[in-house]
Amino acid sequence: MDPFGKYIKAVSARAADKEILKKAQDGGIVSAAYIYGLESGLLDGVIIADKEDGFAAAPKVATTREEILNAAGTKYTVCSNLSVIKSAVREYGCEKVGFVGTPCQVQSIRKAIKYPVGYRHVPDKIALIMGIFCMENFPYNGMKAIVEEHCGIKMDDVVKTDIGKGKFWVYSKWGDVKTIPLKDTHPYEQISCHVCMDYTAELADISTGSVGSPDGWSTIFVRTAKGEEYLNKMVEAGAIETKDIDAVKPGLDLVQKLALSKKEKNAKEVEHRKEIGLPVPY
Amino acid sequence: MVRVAHIHMSGCTGCLISLADTYEKLLDILGAVDLVYALTLADEKTEITETDDKILIERKIPEDIDIALVEGSVCLDDHHSVEDILTTRKNSKIVVALGACAASGGVTRFARGGQMSQPAHSAFVPIGDVIKVDLALPGCPPSTESIVNLIMAALNGDMDYLEPFAEIAKYGKDACGCDVIKNVIDQSLCMGCGTCAAACQVKAIDMIEGKPNIMTEFCIKCGICGAQCPRVRFPELVQKIE
Repeated sequence: MDPFGKYIKAVSARAADKEILKKAQDGGIVSAAYIYGLESGLLDGVIIADKEDGFAAAPKVATTREEILNAAGTKYTVCSNLSVIKSAVREYGCEKVGFVGTPCQVQSIRKAIKYPVGYRHVPDKIALIMGIFCMENFPYNGMKAIVEEHCGIKMDDVVKTDIGKGKFWVYSKWGDVKTIPLKDTHPYEQISCHVCMDYTAELADISTGSVGSPDGWSTIFVRTAKGEEYLNKMVEAGAIETKDIDAVKPGLDLVQKLALSKKEKNAKEVEHRKEIGLPVPY
Repeated sequence: MVRVAHIHMSGCTGCLISLADTYEKLLDILGAVDLVYALTLADEKTEITETDDKILIERKIPEDIDIALVEGSVCLDDHHSVEDILTTRKNSKIVVALGACAASGGVTRFARGGQMSQPAHSAFVPIGDVIKVDLALPGCPPSTESIVNLIMAALNGDMDYLEPFAEIAKYGKDACGCDVIKNVIDQSLCMGCGTCAAACQVKAIDMIEGKPNIMTEFCIKCGICGAQCPRVRFPELVQKIE
């Protein structure tokens, strides 16, 4: 089983901008790419997963550095990023849109570009597709149950959530740090995630995620010529610093282990669904 | 040269306008095909028969059409319409249901007659209810790009690309916002990406806590939401990226 999909190169990287790093989940790659894009004119609008009251996620079109920084950080709940893509092109009049999404959302936008049945004059406006690694996601009330009932922190007080080292971590604005074992979060997972066969956003121009790199850094797969050109420009402009992925710990071996564990588990679920006559994406 | 016809049934010409919306690409397409029939764009061979009490004007759908782009649904209460669609099938190698009305009835699903000057005209069906359809492209209208992609794939014989449209021709005649409920949410396949909400041309879909909420009163049964969903159909060729 192919763990990562096609890629040109993999690196470990982080944003050079201290303000981005302060707010970012990991290395601040998505924020840095977006801000660099807007400031250099490579992008004129970007899709973000904004933070709303109660640490909810809401898709939004952003055109400024402040909006991007405000949205930084992972919300472990579904954010329908595709739903605002046409609004970016229509109401905002963007011609060079940056998109970020989970692997399934990247698949969606690739389909929308190849089969743009309801996407008039959108495909040629997508300038950059970034993907983030994703093991699974939670409905909002699933995340809320984990945070409020298991961790005892109110949603309104959450400043950061994280999944790592086998645990779900919640940080409150009062300085509390609570965790629960990941296995206790499984009942709250979005079930449709269980047929997903993509961990590293294999169809993105650039994929990024925390796994494989040290804290404060991100792992990046550069997959397309467009992605490579974009990343090279970011490095030249000093927007990010990179390291050889082979020189960092834990490196791609861990990414591979997690990617394969997701794919093998979900391949079984796909087979099970077929056996009992339920449809699977084809 | 490939002979293409645009056949106008009970449609609004929006599908043809969507094709024309390609600007210079339209010229490429027209350069690659012979547009043998399109009432909106070209004169037709017209036969005029004069009798004592009336003058009958008949336009003939040509024979030997390679690709017929059919827009609009069929009014079963209008015998000219029924004849036209039957003739189109007989004279064409590939019949494409272009847009929601032809593919799934679209807004004409709501027609119920009673209006002047033909109050008896009440029954409208997708063309697939009367003839065999080879390819169906949903949308009201289908996007410019999707029409071009479909025509170019048909010209190049790219059956891999066309396969989803062949499937919609077979199974997509009852299109509705409910497709997203029945075929995606109810099958525990919806992961909440929001592509259906963006694709919907009448904004009948809201994403609420990461799942589509279908406002059926707004839905015009165009079939876009179901067609756009990657959790129903994710063609292998989408996975090829450069």
